[in-house]
Amino acid sequence: MSAIDWDLVRSSLWPLGRELLRGTLPLTAVSFVLGLALAVLVALMRLSGNRLVSAPARFYVSVIRGTPLLLQLFIIFFGLPSFGITIDPWPSAIIGLTLNVGAYASEAVRGAILAVPRGQWEAAMTVGMGRATTLRRVVLPQAARIAVPSLSNTLISLVKDTSLVSVVLVTELLRQAQVIAGQTFEYFTLYGVAAVYYWVVCLVLSFGQTRLETRLSRHVAA
Amino acid sequence: MSAPLLEARGLVKSFGDNHVLRGIDVTVQSGSVTCLIGPSGSGKTTVLRSLNGLEMPESGTVRIGDVQLDCANRPDTRAIARLRDQSGMVFQAHNLFPHMTVLDNVTSGPVFAQGRPRAEAREEARALLSRVGLADKADAFPVQLSGGQQQRVGIARALATRPQVVLFDEPTSALDPELVGEVLQVMQSLAAEGWTMVVVTHEMRFARQVADQVLFLDGGVVVEQGPPSEVLVEPREARTRQFLQRLLDPL
Repeated sequence: MSAIDWDLVRSSLWPLGRELLRGTLPLTAVSFVLGLALAVLVALMRLSGNRLVSAPARFYVSVIRGTPLLLQLFIIFFGLPSFGITIDPWPSAIIGLTLNVGAYASEAVRGAILAVPRGQWEAAMTVGMGRATTLRRVVLPQAARIAVPSLSNTLISLVKDTSLVSVVLVTELLRQAQVIAGQTFEYFTLYGVAAVYYWVVCLVLSFGQTRLETRLSRHVAA
Repeated sequence: MSAPLLEARGLVKSFGDNHVLRGIDVTVQSGSVTCLIGPSGSGKTTVLRSLNGLEMPESGTVRIGDVQLDCANRPDTRAIARLRDQSGMVFQAHNLFPHMTVLDNVTSGPVFAQGRPRAEAREEARALLSRVGLADKADAFPVQLSGGQQQRVGIARALATRPQVVLFDEPTSALDPELVGEVLQVMQSLAAEGWTMVVVTHEMRFARQVADQVLFLDGGVVVEQGPPSEVLVEPREARTRQFLQRLLDPL
């Protein structure tokens, strides 16, 4: 008996691919967009001179980075009902992943904002821009370029982290592979197909990262 | 003579134990060119940056037109912004926005800060770019320009907000020697047009030919001031003579 059942590979391509399209990719996209917005907010809070603003942001980042994502998902889905807060599987998954992305990406965004030279702030202020306009028109566009490599890392990690949300009863790629493997006992085949799917998605994202970096660097001195 | 356009009185500032400004007064008449000269660490750049609130002295007052700031009162962001809006600034390292075209750099103040109509701002920006000899570079990005061209865009950007005074912080110090002339020529022609300018510089020929008054700073005080024909040609103070001597003969 061969380790790989090629007929099963073919017949499982669509059931697994469907969960990639219905579960893994939307979870990734929604959590990344929401997480990025959260990350910019948290980064700006951490950069605030007001401790009442920066301290909560610091605490949030510390807690999220200091505890396992799996445990955070357990708390959101199984723990919060103890306080009468019941959240459905999908929203639970999105909340857990978004909070995670927000914490990790906020550090990248904060570093990128700090890496924009001080002279850019000063020049913007001397043509009359206030703090918010300076951020929006001058600093964040330049910070975005600086942050692309580490944000790409966060995105690629997120693709794989979505495999954890099956614990809160969301079906995605890995969960589907488990289900079919449980019925056929062809563990290597099913998990192998799932692995290839994840890898291909991450390859595409890496390619996109390279393209984006080239595009954003075209006006910057070598 | 009418009331001066710009007046700074009793500026005092220290960074830790380093007393950078020890009571500096600057008076600038409308339409005149003032050059601040002096050795590095003399406080001349700090004086300039105090005139638009990029540095905040511990005490002293700055007035441009009818906007006055009392530094000792810890002015808030809004008050500082009101003073800053009276002037434009040209930086030593140009500080152009690298992600914007030359034209967008020049319109950034009028459009993003002053809320003027984009079409009108662009038209005016093109005129300013012609003014500094860069009409054909409107769609280029800063990185594609030479140092002298970048600095001339910086000048156009500073003029675009229609300031009452233009502040220059060593505008040619970071340039290769052969590019200095094109920037100084633009500044000289602005002076001839009647722009009020305050210039921190080491270019003594420019100061002699263009300045209406020269302030020699050393150790955080104005050691000597007057028309360039006095301060630069027949200085009264020994420290001024030493400084000029070192510039003429560095070895």
